[in-house]
Amino acid sequence: MEGQYSEKVMEHFRNPHNVGDMPDADGIGHVGNPVCGDIMELYIKVRDNIIVDAKFKTFGCGAAIATSSMVTDLVKGKTVDEALKVSNKAVAEALGGLPKIKMHCSVLAEEALRSAINDYFKKHPKK
Amino acid sequence: MRKVYLDHNATTPVDPLVLEAMLPYYREYFGNPSSIHEFGRLARKAIDDGRVSAAKLIGAKDVDEIVFTGSGTEADNFALKGAADALKQKGNHIITSAIEHHAVLNVCKALEKSGFKVTYAPVDKSGIVKLDELKKAITDKTILISIMYANNETGVIQPVEEIAKIAKEKGALFHTDAVQAVGKVPIDVSKLGVDLLSASAHKIYGPKGVGFLYIRKGIKPTPILLGGHHEKNRRAGTENVAGIAGFGKAAELALKNMDKDAQRVRSLRDGLEKGILSAIPHTYLNGHPEKRLCTTTNISFEFLEGESIILNLDMEGIAVSTGSACTSGSLEPSHVLTAMGVEAVRSQGSLRFSLGKENTEEDIDYVIKALAPIIERLRKMSPLYKG
Repeated sequence: MEGQYSEKVMEHFRNPHNVGDMPDADGIGHVGNPVCGDIMELYIKVRDNIIVDAKFKTFGCGAAIATSSMVTDLVKGKTVDEALKVSNKAVAEALGGLPKIKMHCSVLAEEALRSAINDYFKKHPKK
Repeated sequence: MRKVYLDHNATTPVDPLVLEAMLPYYREYFGNPSSIHEFGRLARKAIDDGRVSAAKLIGAKDVDEIVFTGSGTEADNFALKGAADALKQKGNHIITSAIEHHAVLNVCKALEKSGFKVTYAPVDKSGIVKLDELKKAITDKTILISIMYANNETGVIQPVEEIAKIAKEKGALFHTDAVQAVGKVPIDVSKLGVDLLSASAHKIYGPKGVGFLYIRKGIKPTPILLGGHHEKNRRAGTENVAGIAGFGKAAELALKNMDKDAQRVRSLRDGLEKGILSAIPHTYLNGHPEKRLCTTTNISFEFLEGESIILNLDMEGIAVSTGSACTSGSLEPSHVLTAMGVEAVRSQGSLRFSLGKENTEEDIDYVIKALAPIIERLRKMSPLYKG
C-alpha cells in the first residue's frame, strides 16, 4: 500500500461515526461511481438553517469511509453557509492527513457534502 | 492473536531449509564466483548446483539454458526486450494477453513506444486466453508470443502447450511468464515446447531478489544488463550467490514435495472457497473453477470495495490481497477481472486468497468465521446494499 494511514484515519475506519440511512433527510448528496471505486451518499437534516444531523453510506476504501465519517462530524452544528466552506483539505487535515493517492477521497467527501446542501436548497427554496 | 497468511501469490516465507542452505554463502563462502581462488571456486560451486536444481524443476535438458536474474520481473524484461531486439530484422509484431502481469504489460507498452506493434489477446469469462483470437492476430511480422502460465490474481492456468504449438507453426518465439506456476504444477519445458520461461524464487519459499530465465538452446535474446562476462555473457553483474543457493534448495524441495503439498493445499483452498461462497450471500468466484492453481481463489464480495475488507481482516491477523484499485496504487479496477468481463462494482470488491504449505484447517475455519461478520458490517455501510 502506497503510504500508510494515520492513526486518526484508522480510528474513523474502525468505528465510523454517523453511518446509516436518514429517511426524513432534508438534503441528499450522491457522488462517485463504481469504476473509480468510491460511492458516497450523504444525508443532512436542517433546522433553522443549522445542520442538526448528518449521516452517510459509503462504498469505498478505508480512506473513503474515514473521510465520510469525518465530514459528517465536521458539519454537524454548523449553519448551511458555514458547512459550504468545509473543504477537502479541512477533512484531510482533521484526519491527520491522507496518503497522496487517497486525497481524492477527501475531494469526494467535500463533493458529497455540497451535493447534499444543493439538494437541500433545491427542496427548500429561500422565501 | 492468531496470524493467518493467505497472500502466497505476493510472496512466501523462506523455508528454514532454504535459509540454512543460504547462510554459508554470507558467512564463510563469501567469495566472488568469478575469482579463481578457493573462495571463488566454492561460490561458483553453489551457482552450478543451483542451476542444476533449477533446470531439473522445469525439465530443462541443458543447465546452460538457465540464466539467473535479479527477479521474475527482470526475467520478463530480458525475455521480451531481448527477443524483440534480436528479432527486429524479422518483424515488429508481438502478441501477449490482456491479463499479463505488469512486468510483461509495461514492457510491451515500452516496446510499442519504440516502434513495435503489440496485440493484447482477449480472455473469456473464465479468464482463459481465446486461442482463436490469438491465432487470428498472427501475421508474418509476428516475432514473439508471450502468454503467462498461470494468472497471479485468479490462478487460472493458460493453454500454454497449445499456444507453444501455434507459435512454432508460425515461426514465432514463445515466452511464458511462469512465476506463479513454477514449483506448483509439474512443468517440462521440452514437452511444453516453450522457448523462454520466467521464474522467481520468492514465490516458492525461496529468497527475494533472484529469478531465472529459461532460454532454449540456440535462442539468443539481446542482454539487457551489460558489464562482465557473467552467466555466459547473457546477464552481467556479480551473481547473487546465496540467493541462487537458496533458489536451488527451494526448487529441490518444490520438486520433491509438489504432489503432496498440492493435494493438501487444494483441499484447504476448496474448503475455504466453499465455506465463503455458502456462508456469505452475494459472493462470486472469479476464474475457471478447475483450470487453476491449487493455491488460489479469487472471490467478489458484492456491494463492497476490497480494501475495506482487507483492512478489517488485517485487524483479525489475516493477510489477503486484492488485485483491485487501492492496494495496487491505481484507482482502476483490476485489469485482469475487467478483461474477463467482470463489471466494475464486482471487481472492486474482489479478494485474492492465496494459500501455502504452512496453512492449516484451523486457519481456514478462523478466516471463514472472521469474514462473515466483517462483510455484514461493511455492507450495512454500503449505499449499494439494499438487503
